[in-house]
Amino acid sequence: MNRPVGKQFMQGNEACVFAAIDAGARFYAGYPITPSSEIAELCAEFLPQVKGVFLQMEDELGSMAAVIGASAAGTKSFTATSGPGFSLMQENLGMAIYTEVPCVVVNVQRNGPSTALATRPGQGDVMQTRWGTHGDHPIIVLSPSSVQEYYDLTVRAFNLSEKYCTPVIILTDEVIGHMKEDLVIPQLDDLEIINRKVPTQSIEEYRPYQTGDDDIPAIAPFGSDYIVHISSSCHDETGFSNSKPQTADKLVRRLHRKIDRNIEDIVQVEWFGARNADLCIIAYGAVSRTAKQVVVDAEEKGLSVNLLRIITHWPFPDAQVKEALNQAKAVIVAEMNLGQVAQEIQRLNSSHTPIYSLTRIDGEMIIPSQIMSKIEEVMRS
Amino acid sequence: MTTHTHKDFLDQRHLPHIWCPGCGDGIVLRAYTMALAELGLAPKDVVTVTGIGCWGKSDDYVATHALHGTHGRALAYATGVKLGNPDLTVVTLMGDGDAVTIGGNHFIHAARRNIDLTAIVVNNYNYGMTGGQYSATTPLNSKTTTSPLGNAEPGFDICSLAETAGANFVARTTPYHIVSLKNLLKQAITKKGFSVVEVITPCPTYFGRYNINPSPVANMHWLKEKGVPVAKYQQMTEEEQAQHFVIGAFVNKDRPDFYTMYQQINSRNGTEREGER
Repeated sequence: MNRPVGKQFMQGNEACVFAAIDAGARFYAGYPITPSSEIAELCAEFLPQVKGVFLQMEDELGSMAAVIGASAAGTKSFTATSGPGFSLMQENLGMAIYTEVPCVVVNVQRNGPSTALATRPGQGDVMQTRWGTHGDHPIIVLSPSSVQEYYDLTVRAFNLSEKYCTPVIILTDEVIGHMKEDLVIPQLDDLEIINRKVPTQSIEEYRPYQTGDDDIPAIAPFGSDYIVHISSSCHDETGFSNSKPQTADKLVRRLHRKIDRNIEDIVQVEWFGARNADLCIIAYGAVSRTAKQVVVDAEEKGLSVNLLRIITHWPFPDAQVKEALNQAKAVIVAEMNLGQVAQEIQRLNSSHTPIYSLTRIDGEMIIPSQIMSKIEEVMRS
Repeated sequence: MTTHTHKDFLDQRHLPHIWCPGCGDGIVLRAYTMALAELGLAPKDVVTVTGIGCWGKSDDYVATHALHGTHGRALAYATGVKLGNPDLTVVTLMGDGDAVTIGGNHFIHAARRNIDLTAIVVNNYNYGMTGGQYSATTPLNSKTTTSPLGNAEPGFDICSLAETAGANFVARTTPYHIVSLKNLLKQAITKKGFSVVEVITPCPTYFGRYNINPSPVANMHWLKEKGVPVAKYQQMTEEEQAQHFVIGAFVNKDRPDFYTMYQQINSRNGTEREGER
């Protein structure tokens, strides 16, 4: 494979594939769905060239299961889909979280619910990434807003996934997935690549789900001398099923703890514009590009506006959002759904800062004039 | 190489098993572990992938690598495991619910793809774990807890399904026929490509009680009487055939498996690509 390096002009979904391969992914299983299919097509072309395997599964239920199987066998694995397929993946996403199998799921969002406006952009899956699979569970979700960031966050997604033994979701949208723009692909040697922990115990004493102080297990790949038992049922440190109440409690609390205690490592945001502006726009993905333009336009008009761009959706950037709520006189949350993140921000609003939810669900982009008129309306009141 | 006995493939910590008296699952598990030992495999060479249900609990008792997943997806996980590390021997243990009801799609596609996996499908004609409801193999007119007056749906023939979909090895037997069971499992595990062994198994607690006899012994006799070899089956009238099922190996071919084909096809234009990256 001719690995692209340096300044490139490419599509978002294309950058994702090169990043995945750079991060060490050697297995992809998926089912075609617009606007994510370029990822499958490019994996089909490039994975065999790096001794990897691309597999088109019979559905997304099986795709997610195959990704788990390949990762459990020691091969970094991923899949890509959009809303309808992502709904089918919820079953085994829960399995991957509960059994701590690293993997990456790319959801290139389209307008929903159901088949809806195939395939206009949307951002309606934010809460589905958080709560789509049943039961209490933590999740890591990253949201790129440029082709460059799509590349960077794909590498980061694999790294976080391996580091914390958990699935990581890249939540992007049709705009970022299909747009073409410049990016710089670093030399392989300049990339930080993280691989999952390896066991250090003796084979006799090995328990795959035993953790040290870091709450992270060292699960050996299938086929190693360390025998590994992975179970979707409640399991103890041996990995075997165990239905004692204290086992169930201990496991789920640890799964949350291993993410919660590393929030500073996981959470990323971008501040754009003056930090102490009167009005703060909160946005992410494609909409944050519109918002950046608005911040620039507002400055020209003499209005004091900044942007808090969410990069890590989950765990939610509570501290940064609280800072925005405390700093600004008002907050506008612009998103292509009916206020999924605006509600989450309301949860943190102990300062009772006015929060305005700007929504759009017709498959069209939120445009600068829309946000600007909202700003002018808010500033007047 | 160390030689292993069937006990080396069993995790003694979790025995005795949870299965009902008269259930065939314990016998199939014994045959499976004996087959692995006689094939000279070590527990580290094998990944046992299970689904959900009575037979889906069998991973609790195995000392191989194991993956116990969600209902119906065993073959999909196993497909990933095999492609993630093609050196592994990957065996899926599924019930009739897992294999051909909720997981029917994965079953036909694993067979079509001819992925190098073995499926040991324990068919007890109903969902035992959830209380004896009908599955996609429950015969027409049978009584179950969700068909109290009789089942209005006919059941799948697992072996015909596997054969039509493209499996390389297809066989049927019962726990009564323990020696042939073990031997068929050995053949299936050794066979490159997709192999299916259907094991018709008694469920005296539910299906047997409602449709055959509540006695475990009577259910074993039923298997002995109803399971007939191919030659004998072919001599039967259609009416007699309807009252019996055929046992033995029905398909044994050598169509190239998925990974072999995948590597072959993808090396067409890429022979010089190695090391370029």
